[in-house]
Amino acid sequence: MHSDFAANLTSQLFILMLATFVGFEVIRRVSPLLHTPLMSLTNAISAIAVVGSLVIAGRQETTLSTVLGTVAVAASMINVVGGYLITYRMVKMFKRRETKER
Amino acid sequence: MQHVISFLYLVSAVLFILALKWLSAVPTARRGVVVGVLGMALAVGGTLLSPEIVSYRWIAVAFVLGTVIGVPMAMMPMTAVPQRTALSHAFGALAAALVGTAEFYLRTPNLDRFTASALALEVILGFLTFTASLMAFGKLQEILPTRPITFPFQNVVSLSLLAAAVVIAVMLVLDPGRTHLFPIMAVLALAFGVQLIIPIGGADMPTVISLLNSYAGISAAAMGFVLDNKLLIVAGSLDGSSGLILSIIMCKAMNRSFTNVLFGAFGQVQAQAVAGEKKPVRSASAEEAASILAAANSVMIVPGYGMAVAQAQHRVRELTDLLVKKGVDVKFAIHPVAGRMPGHMNVLLAEADVPYDRLLEMEDANSELPQVDVALVIGANDVTNPAARHDKTSPVYGMPIIDVDKAHTVMVIKRSMNPGFAGIDNELYYNDKTLMLFGDAKAFVGDLVKELGHAA
Repeated sequence: MHSDFAANLTSQLFILMLATFVGFEVIRRVSPLLHTPLMSLTNAISAIAVVGSLVIAGRQETTLSTVLGTVAVAASMINVVGGYLITYRMVKMFKRRETKER
Repeated sequence: MQHVISFLYLVSAVLFILALKWLSAVPTARRGVVVGVLGMALAVGGTLLSPEIVSYRWIAVAFVLGTVIGVPMAMMPMTAVPQRTALSHAFGALAAALVGTAEFYLRTPNLDRFTASALALEVILGFLTFTASLMAFGKLQEILPTRPITFPFQNVVSLSLLAAAVVIAVMLVLDPGRTHLFPIMAVLALAFGVQLIIPIGGADMPTVISLLNSYAGISAAAMGFVLDNKLLIVAGSLDGSSGLILSIIMCKAMNRSFTNVLFGAFGQVQAQAVAGEKKPVRSASAEEAASILAAANSVMIVPGYGMAVAQAQHRVRELTDLLVKKGVDVKFAIHPVAGRMPGHMNVLLAEADVPYDRLLEMEDANSELPQVDVALVIGANDVTNPAARHDKTSPVYGMPIIDVDKAHTVMVIKRSMNPGFAGIDNELYYNDKTLMLFGDAKAFVGDLVKELGHAA
């Protein structure tokens, strides 16, 4: 295994480790009131898989890869569009007592 | 150009973390969503600049398709949010699995062992989460039976499917040239996903949805390793940890372990439902119940999924408004597993315009209940069963419950004396201070509203 590859792998694992800790710390603080919007938001964020799909769909190497890439972009875009919209809809519903009569 | 893209990805990762941070409290939650959209826009925009992309035709088609399906999916009613979430887990996992498949065929046999392992993880998790989420969707939408479907040696069959997929994955890692093995691995993962969900009952769906959320995140993170894309690793880990945290919370709220949820077939109801032995219960009419509510100083409403099924949440809000006008202090006690996914009940009540500062978490509700005049249970059952505290033989023993029996008076709106989803009798109903209000939740709360309106 040559050293470039090993260095790259180590930095990837570092990022995984740090991001998981940040994730735990940030999400632990989310009020149970907002657990449903939390799930739809993380779902939309993980649709970031779209960046991998875009490259495969746009590179047009083989027919198979273009087809798979295109379906993957569509599937991810459903989550991006749908996920953010419904999260915003939900979050907007939460109102306090005072502001109710607005 | 590559540096510009990397920089955009970095900014995007920061924005995603901020989005989740701001989602932690209601006042900043909207800002969180906006920042999340911004992060996604930067990431997608940056990727589109990539010189590797030679044609935008299919990308444009996919964008249109995704938007056309995505927008209606965001407009579903709040009662359908659990199904929608399961479906979006399926799409996310499918994208990861398909990208993994394409990468495999493009790169093989020039795959180093580490990349091949990450790729196998991405594809197996992606495909199993895809079918598992579709099954969860089917159960939540009630296209499939919500009761667990079991057969002999089911766990052995499921685990052999997974084991076979893993063995093939190892063979592919050792020699990525064996391309004919790849489809077999994919099919095994798809079959395992189906097997994973069919023995799980409707009551366990909150845990299952959270767990699938986590799997979809892990497969996205694995994709990040394959593509050497750090933004994917960050976003995947965020999703993975959030799903894991939520599933742990759900398991604790039901006093169960992961293994028990996945392999225990809980809903496998002891069907010999407490035959014979008719104990006396006290019941009351809407008129009597309304006068007790009007005379109370404080009322704690305990909603369950039954309230949502009866579409009673808007009537419940009218009832709340009337009582508040009479000077009654009205609050809601929300059990963590009330509803079909984590936090579902809060969203349903928020949609019905119940202010969120009236919604109490279980611990806070339990510390207030001994001083509460009336606890009104609407469509909840097992989460109020006092047997969970003291009866070691009860299936719900050890589960954290809302202590409604500590309130001065308890009222339970229920269709009949039939035991609930889990088929367990609730001793609360035979308590001396419990009044049973028989009827459909929506109709009965409507009657209460009418009675209270007249009296005013």
